[in-house]
Order: sequence, then C-alpha cells, then structure tokens
Amino acid sequence: MLRFATWKLASVLALVAAAILLVMPSFLPAETVDTLAAKLPGFIPLRQIVLGLDLQGGAYMLMQVDDASVIKSQAEALRDDVRQKMRDGKIALSGGIVTQPRGVLVRIADPAERQKAYELLQSMSQPIGGPLAGGNGRSLEVTQTDAGVQLTLTDAAIADKVRHAVTQSIEVLNRRINAMGTKETVIQQQGVNRVLIEVPGLQDTTKLKEIIGQTAKLDFQLVADPGDPPNEVETLPMQKGGGTIQVQKRIMVDGEDLVDAQQSFDQQTGEPDVTFRFNLRGGQKFGQVTSENVGRPFAIVLDGKVISAPVIRSPITGGTGQITGNFTLDEASSLAILLRAGALPAKLTVVEERTVGPGLGQDSIDAGKRAAYVGGILVIIYMIATYGIFGIFADLALAVHILLIFASMVLLGATLTLPGIAGIVFTIGMAVDSNVLIYERIREESHLGRSVISALDAGFKRAFATIVDSNVTMFVAALILYLFGSGAVRGFAVSLGLGIITSIVTAVTMTRMMIALWYRRVRPSRLPI
Amino acid sequence: MKLLRLAPENTKFGFMRFRRVSYPLSATLSIISVLLFLFVGMNFGIDFAGGTQVDVRAKSGEAHIAEIRAKAESLGLGPVEVQQIGSNSDVLLKLNVQPGGDAGQQTAIAKLREAFANDYEFRSVDAVGPTVSAELVQSGTLGVVVAIIAVLTYLWFRFEWQFAVGAIIGTMHDLLLTVGFFCVTQLEFNQTSIAAILTIVGYSLNETVVVLDRIREVMRKYKRLSTAEIIDMSVNAVLPRTIMTATTVFLALLALFFLGGHVIRSFSAAMIWGIFVATYSSIFICSPMLIYMGVRADAPERTKEKDADATSADTKVKA
Repeated sequence: MLRFATWKLASVLALVAAAILLVMPSFLPAETVDTLAAKLPGFIPLRQIVLGLDLQGGAYMLMQVDDASVIKSQAEALRDDVRQKMRDGKIALSGGIVTQPRGVLVRIADPAERQKAYELLQSMSQPIGGPLAGGNGRSLEVTQTDAGVQLTLTDAAIADKVRHAVTQSIEVLNRRINAMGTKETVIQQQGVNRVLIEVPGLQDTTKLKEIIGQTAKLDFQLVADPGDPPNEVETLPMQKGGGTIQVQKRIMVDGEDLVDAQQSFDQQTGEPDVTFRFNLRGGQKFGQVTSENVGRPFAIVLDGKVISAPVIRSPITGGTGQITGNFTLDEASSLAILLRAGALPAKLTVVEERTVGPGLGQDSIDAGKRAAYVGGILVIIYMIATYGIFGIFADLALAVHILLIFASMVLLGATLTLPGIAGIVFTIGMAVDSNVLIYERIREESHLGRSVISALDAGFKRAFATIVDSNVTMFVAALILYLFGSGAVRGFAVSLGLGIITSIVTAVTMTRMMIALWYRRVRPSRLPI
Repeated sequence: MKLLRLAPENTKFGFMRFRRVSYPLSATLSIISVLLFLFVGMNFGIDFAGGTQVDVRAKSGEAHIAEIRAKAESLGLGPVEVQQIGSNSDVLLKLNVQPGGDAGQQTAIAKLREAFANDYEFRSVDAVGPTVSAELVQSGTLGVVVAIIAVLTYLWFRFEWQFAVGAIIGTMHDLLLTVGFFCVTQLEFNQTSIAAILTIVGYSLNETVVVLDRIREVMRKYKRLSTAEIIDMSVNAVLPRTIMTATTVFLALLALFFLGGHVIRSFSAAMIWGIFVATYSSIFICSPMLIYMGVRADAPERTKEKDADATSADTKVKA
C-alpha cells in the first residue's frame, strides 16, 4: 500500500501537467490562441475544444438523394440511347418508344424486326459491379414480349447510379457552398443515399436551401413555332410573373458545357445579369444554333422553368453570352454560383434540419457551466463533510478527472455538445463512486479490527474488483449509446465513456498515492473516517 | 471534526422480508406502466414523431402567447403547440409532421419564418421528416436492446447465471418504471431520453453489481447462513456506499435539473427518477431473486474452480 515507485508519481504529475496544457487553449480567446500558435513551435498542440452546433450555433442539414428522380433521369437517358442505337442499327421504330417507370418499351409489331432489335439492344446491357452486386450483374434486363422489346434498369444499376449521384452531389455542393463564403463547412456522405451538411454560425437557412435545393440544370430550347408538330412541343412555366410558354422539346445546348458564370450588369439597362462562358464544344454548338436561328426567340430554361426567352439578334460565336431576367442582385449572384458549380445529378430533399442560433448556444454553454460548477461544489462539500481529509483527496482526484475528460476530448478532437456537458455533470456525481466504494470498504475493514495500514490496504484491494465490474457495465452502456445514438446524444456517450475511464485512473491510482503520501507524513494511529 | 453520516453504522435491516411487499408493489407498478404506455402513451418529441419545432424569442418585450397561437394556427399547418419556456420572452412552437413527405416540413419552416421573423428571433429550428424519425425510433430501440444484451452477457461471464437473471429482472423493472414516468409526467420523450434510459440501465446494473459482488463474497465466507441472511448481511454492508453514491449523483443531477436549461430538463428529471428506481430495485428486486433461484454458497466453486479461494478472489482481478 505504502510503496509506489517515484516514477509512478512523476508520470501522474506529468499527465496532469500535459492535461492542463491541452485544456488551457480552450479557455483563452480564439485570437490569443492564434497568436500563441504562431510564436510557439509546432509540436505544442494548441487546440481548442470543438463545440457542437448546439453550443456554437449553426445549421445542420441532412439531405437525401431522391431515388425516384435518379431512376427517372436514367430512364430518359436510356430512351435517348435506344433511339440512337436503333438509328445506328438501321431498324425502323415503327411503334415508337414508351418510357416506363423503370425502363423503356420499344414497340415493334413485326416479329422478325423485333428479333433483330432484341439482338441489337441486348448489347446495351453492360456488366456491372463485382460478383457480390445484386441482380444478374448486368445493367439492363432485356426481354422480348408480344408488344416489343422491354429494357428494364436492374436494381444493381440503380444502386450504382444513386451511389454515383451522391458522390457527384457532394462535389457540386462543395463548390456551391464554398462560393457562399462560409467557413468550416462539413459536407459528407451519410449512409447510402444521404448527404450531411453542417454550417457553423449560419442561422437563417433560407439562403442555404436556395443554394443547395436547386438542381440548376440549365437548358437552351427554341421557342415553338406554330408549325411545329405537337408531340415535339412542351409547355413550360415562366420563372417570374406566372404564365407559360411553349418551347420545342429538343434541348439545343445544355449547361454541362459551361465553364464559367459571373454576375454582371446589363450594359444598356444596368440591371444585374449573369455572364456565362462555354467550353470549346459548347461554344461551337451554341454558335451553330444561334447562326441557324437568327430572329427566333431562344428560351433559357432552369430546372424546367423558363428564365427568359430573348430573340437571337445575331449569331453568338464567341462562346459567351448573358442571361437577363429581371434579376435582383442577389438572384443574379445566386444563379451565377449555381451555374458555376454545375447541376446536381438528382434532386435533393431535406429530411432533417436543425438550426441553433448563437444566442441559444451561448445560453446553453452558460447554463451547462453553472450546473457543472454548482453540482461540482455540492459534491465536493458533501465528500469533505463525509470523509474529512479523505474527502479532500477524493475531491482533488475529481478535479483531475474533469481535467482529463476535457484533455482527452481535445486530444481526440471529440465534439462537446449540451448533452455532453450533461454527461460531464453526471460523471461528477458518479466519479466519486469509486472513492466511496474504497472508503466504505476501508471503514468496514477497520471495524473488523484491522490496523490502519492493513485496513487501507484491504480497502483498496477488495474494492477494486467491484469498481471494475460496476464501471464496465456503465461503459458498455456508453459505448452502445455512441454506436447507435446520433447527433448530440453521441456527445453524451463520449463524455460518459471518457469519464468512466478517467475516473478509474484518478479515483483509484491518484487517491491511493495521496493517501500513501499522507500516511507516511502523519503516521496516524486511527483512521480519520 | 465530526463527519457526516447519512446511513447509520452497522445496520441489520431485514431487507429480504420486504420482498413480500416490494414484489407485489413493483409488479403492480410495472403493469401500470405498460398499460399507461399502451393506452396513454408518451409525449414523443419531434425526433421520434417527426414534425417541426421552433424556439423563438420576442425581439422586444414579452412574447404574446395567445397572439402567436392565433397567428400560427391561421397558417394552415395543423394543430400548433405553443408553450412558454424559461423567461417571458421565450416561446416554443411545435407542429405535427406535415403531409407531403419530407418536403412538407420545409414548407412549414418557410411559413413560420415568414409569419414571425419580424417580431421574433428564431433561436432554434428543428425539423425532422418522417423518414428520419422512423429511423431514429429504430436505432433508439435497437440501441437499448443491444445495450441490455451486451451488459447482461458481461454479467453472465463475471457472475453465475442466477445473478444475471436477477439483474435482467431488475433492469427490466427500471426500464418499465422509467417508461411509466414518461407517461405520467408527459415529459417530452426524445433522443436525450434514450440517453437517459441507457444511463439508468447502466446505473441500475452498476448498483446491482455492487450488491451482487458483496453477496458472492459473503456467500463464500459464511456457508452455513441461509441465502436470505446472506443477502441481508450483504445489502446492509454496502448500504452506506449505496446511499452515499446515490446522494452525490443526485446532487449533481439536481444542479443539472435546476440550472442546466430547458433543453436538458426532461433528461435530468428522468435521470433523477432513474437513480431512485435503480437504487430501490438493486436492493429489493434483484437481490431477493437469488432466494428464489436457489443460489448456494458452493455453487460458485463448482462452476468456477479458480475462484474457489474466497479471500483472494477479489485481488485476482487486479493481477
């Protein structure tokens, strides 16, 4: 009991010193930490504890890629591909192509022609995924029916496209949100088809949702002539002022070939507009279309809504152009961001949103601090009142315990949330349990007539097994909570779990050393508890 | 210095006699809890029920609840729950999950912002769509079940199976009574409540383990005593520690309840309740189970030979 190596004492003291160094920056203003970091050598970790969005304020959004819209756009792309393939294979499309929810039906009445088409279209199905992928490992299921040839997207193909859409969405969102000029934004994949966005400090998500909620697919379509066949014409709503306009279904040029878009001002009216620039291919296409259609109105369509339909005055061959549309300055700059960042491959829906203003966050920090201080002081007083000098030892261990929780959170980069603070307050009450177990055992052993030193020894030894057993159960609960919990609740699990580990170290090892040092100095004839 | 002792020294309460009272009492309370859960239900927060919740503060002066309610109800977003929180200027608005899937919640937020943004500061906005809330229910339930299984597996390895059974029954009892607590108080049941439940499970088992540890120890030492006598002796021996720890945790939670802010009040309330229930069940529910299951003093030695030496059993863990 009394003997412990000096190096053990030294390492405990070193641990405490290291913990103080780790925790200190979190209590200094951010600017001070920055200036200190610039002066001190790099190996000294000057990190502040990471506060959760519920404490520092900010917006959290969980977006889901709309599977249905991925499937729909895939089915449409398939239709175009099939049409091209049939044209290349010189098979007449007698009955046309019908788009279905998950594929297309090529209507061919003549069995011989149908067989030809079937053989041709089978080559469109490509192997997909590894041997573990679902379905038959192909991208398409091609079957022959009485009506024609049926092409259906397989589950594996759809899963693949959704996965692809998610990664692509993350790239696009990154570009869009960075253009907004927010700091420390987190954009990451969650599960199979979700994207998580965290923007610290953001309060009103309206603007954010405008930026991330739009697909931003830009198309240029000619406004329909009265003479156009009706099945090649569609009616689209105008983006502003209601009303509709008839345009040709065929997309002449699309936004995929855009390389740049900037907010600018119309040279004649001075109104905000957006100047865009195409790459070589897009520029050529755009030049060709505008040359062939001088004098006709050209509709600029964003996500199925017509922004404006200016008349082509002269061929635009330089690869750049302007979009006007009675924009406000804000609208024009948002549109420029959207066009620059590119279109989202699929529609994203917000499935969960949580925003905390900085006011509430600060209030929560203050409330948490108050609860921690008051709770801590109550426990400290109670421990001293019950165990006297031993209570002081336990309280010192408790202080180190809290210090170590914070230090390990800084070290691990764990996030402190409001439930996390609650967890720390709870462990303040719980951490002394180990001390209580030890002290009560010491008392019991002493009542049995043991000498002071033997009672101390037996108390520590006998209580240890119980301490381990009882803390393991609590730790398992914290671990499971971390694995299955989400968001702020994980913060609770982290501080509870760390608190259990540090409390064993402090309550057992540190108290033991303190009591041993005290015993050597005082040599008491009877126990003070 | 005279030291404070809440628990009297060397008590010899006959705790086990109380099982004739505690068992019917707990059984009744458990059944009532289940019935309450089925027929009254808990007040599920938006985490699990889906919906929208905003916390607003009047930009100047007090918040006018009646006015807010009238205005919110005129937006056509279904029933609106309006509630004062904290000071006079803070109000919480809660909407049910809106029709129209996940996009429906977004429309609701936009409408609320439009209606109140001029006079009120939006301190927090939470919107949980039907997809996510269903998943949270799933992962929450799974979490509680897995935690219980994991902890009990540990107990089964560390103790004899009879002890583990006692612990299961005690844990179930605490779980049911906590559910009953949420039904009676109608405190909001949300994700932090799951955290509270798991912590209660952890605390309850912690208590149980401390008592069981001692029972095992006493059992090996006094082989001639009856099980009831052994349990009584053990519970009395750990009683000071039980009371002491329950008090320190209670003090910390009390501070959290009164000072921690409204966001975690329901969490603190549930935990305080849990501490009482867990302490009660470890003494009056788990331990008496051993009497019924016929644990004998020699049982441990037969099943776990290496623990046969009673006096060194505890030190072995350390080695």
